Amino acid sequence: MNLTAKDVDEIMKLLEDSSFDSLSLEIDGMKLSLRRGAAATRPECLQSPSSPIAPAAKASPSRHPARPPSEPGLLEVVSPLLGTFYRAPRPGAEPFVEIGSKVEPDTVIAIVEVMKLMNTVRAGVKGEVVDIFGENGALVEYGEVLLRVRP
Amino acid sequence: MSIRRILIANRGEIALRILRTCRRLGLETVLAASEADLESLPARFADRTLCIGPARSSESYLKVETIVQAALGTKADAIHPGYGFLSERAALAGLCEKKGVIFIGPTAEQIEAVGDKLGARKEAEAAGVPVLPGGPARTVSDALKLGHDIGAPLLVKAVAGGGGRGMRRVDRLEDLADAINQAAAEAEAAFGDGRIYLERFVARGRHVEVQVLGDGQGRVVHLGERDCSVQRRYQKLIEETPAPGLGNALRARLHEAGAAFATRLSYRGAGTVEFLVDVQRDDFYFLEMNARIQVEHPVTEAVTGIDIVAEQIAIADGRGLNLRQEDIGFIGHAVECRINAEDAARDFLPNPGLVRNAVWPSGDGIRVDTHITSGAHVPPFYDSLMAKIIAHAPTRRDAIEKLRKAIADTRIDGVATNLSFHAGVLGDPEFTKGAVETNFVPRFLARPREMSHG
Repeated sequence: MNLTAKDVDEIMKLLEDSSFDSLSLEIDGMKLSLRRGAAATRPECLQSPSSPIAPAAKASPSRHPARPPSEPGLLEVVSPLLGTFYRAPRPGAEPFVEIGSKVEPDTVIAIVEVMKLMNTVRAGVKGEVVDIFGENGALVEYGEVLLRVRP
Repeated sequence: MSIRRILIANRGEIALRILRTCRRLGLETVLAASEADLESLPARFADRTLCIGPARSSESYLKVETIVQAALGTKADAIHPGYGFLSERAALAGLCEKKGVIFIGPTAEQIEAVGDKLGARKEAEAAGVPVLPGGPARTVSDALKLGHDIGAPLLVKAVAGGGGRGMRRVDRLEDLADAINQAAAEAEAAFGDGRIYLERFVARGRHVEVQVLGDGQGRVVHLGERDCSVQRRYQKLIEETPAPGLGNALRARLHEAGAAFATRLSYRGAGTVEFLVDVQRDDFYFLEMNARIQVEHPVTEAVTGIDIVAEQIAIADGRGLNLRQEDIGFIGHAVECRINAEDAARDFLPNPGLVRNAVWPSGDGIRVDTHITSGAHVPPFYDSLMAKIIAHAPTRRDAIEKLRKAIADTRIDGVATNLSFHAGVLGDPEFTKGAVETNFVPRFLARPREMSHG
């Protein structure tokens, strides 16, 4: 069998609603690894689901100069790893967040994929999304600003 | 297949050195850098620099998937791994093969073949390359029998060990059984692999290695040898070519052995076959093969005029070997000093920090490979190599003299270095006479001297 994007989406939802932090699934030689938060991507980390996950947000200014200047008081949500940035759980689906969305620290804001390993990125902060950077399907670097949030 | 854009998965002086050749060849460059290296000279020199993760190499430079993702995401055709980090991980070469990214280096299979010490020893034997008397020992009684055949003194080595780790010297055969049991237990604890093997101990040895290039189709050339006997705790400090005081017959046999080993593997790319020269027997034995570019490659480049990184790229690009053995000539003598941020006066303690002031030497026949300029940082997360200073001259004597002046012309403030050590060795009569053995550095350091010049 093949896993469709929709299946992955549903499996992700199951994980989201569960009390587990990660899930590793193997079907007919196809391997799917999902992890809450995005602190680590190494497969061996999946065996220790109780490890704490650092929030992805930091209030310090970004190193990446390509972003327009931020107004004071805004919080930046940065990518916790290098990978392909996805704003929505699957092609054509509603993005996780839009400008104006209210986020809580555990709100999923994006997926960053590294070699088929889907890492969910959480806001880590509470507030209202005022800027969204990062093009769907584009490469984001470690520490690159993905969102700005007004607390 | 044509390489146009290369991702460099490394840092420091080697990243800059690879970037320079790429620029000369008109290739685009992407540097995969950790957060600690974003302001480094290579990061400023590359066409594009990507932040791949935090400072800790286990979260950045050692992440196979992230490196390949970075190459795919930037449409790089190839990955150059440099030395260290992922350069000899079959997993990176393998993932590149799977994802259609060119790995500038040997195949995953070749990396595995030389990474396993016993396997490499078997390949050497099959290629007709001399190995030290010895072999694997599965049981204590096997080991005792083998030990009696080899005779004392001998070394008990961990199959999974390396760089001096997991090694034990046995001077009297009655101590062998204890040594084997302890070595196996230590190896099991340290490497998760308790397999051991025995080899004759060479009391007076020199470390001489042969640089090879292979096209991956069975054609191999050698670029001569390098003498790396000036080592401290298995860390090379000074390297030179040609190796001084070797008989022409022995030198020619070394070159042939290096090429024969690489030919046996149909080796692809640049590699180094390391040998131990037994001074008392005037003979040599295979140690291991390094399946990557070496730190000390510039001395070979100095005497041959060959850009080894350019050759690596050409081979990876499927263009084969540009060189025939008879085209490769050796002119003059080259010596290299590794300048480390290590305090020579305090047992070579690493001394990372801010380099307030860096003045490097220059001049005819002087090459400096470095990523350190005034204001640069030596981060505490990585090795302490700051620079390599290479001198090339018609004779060994002139090259050493030139290097001595170059070391004296070097000024580093802010971090402690081993410059005083190099100045001392280059002026030491035993070193200048040539053909020092691997026990030279501890004996040199034990000599009484003034350590006033830092």
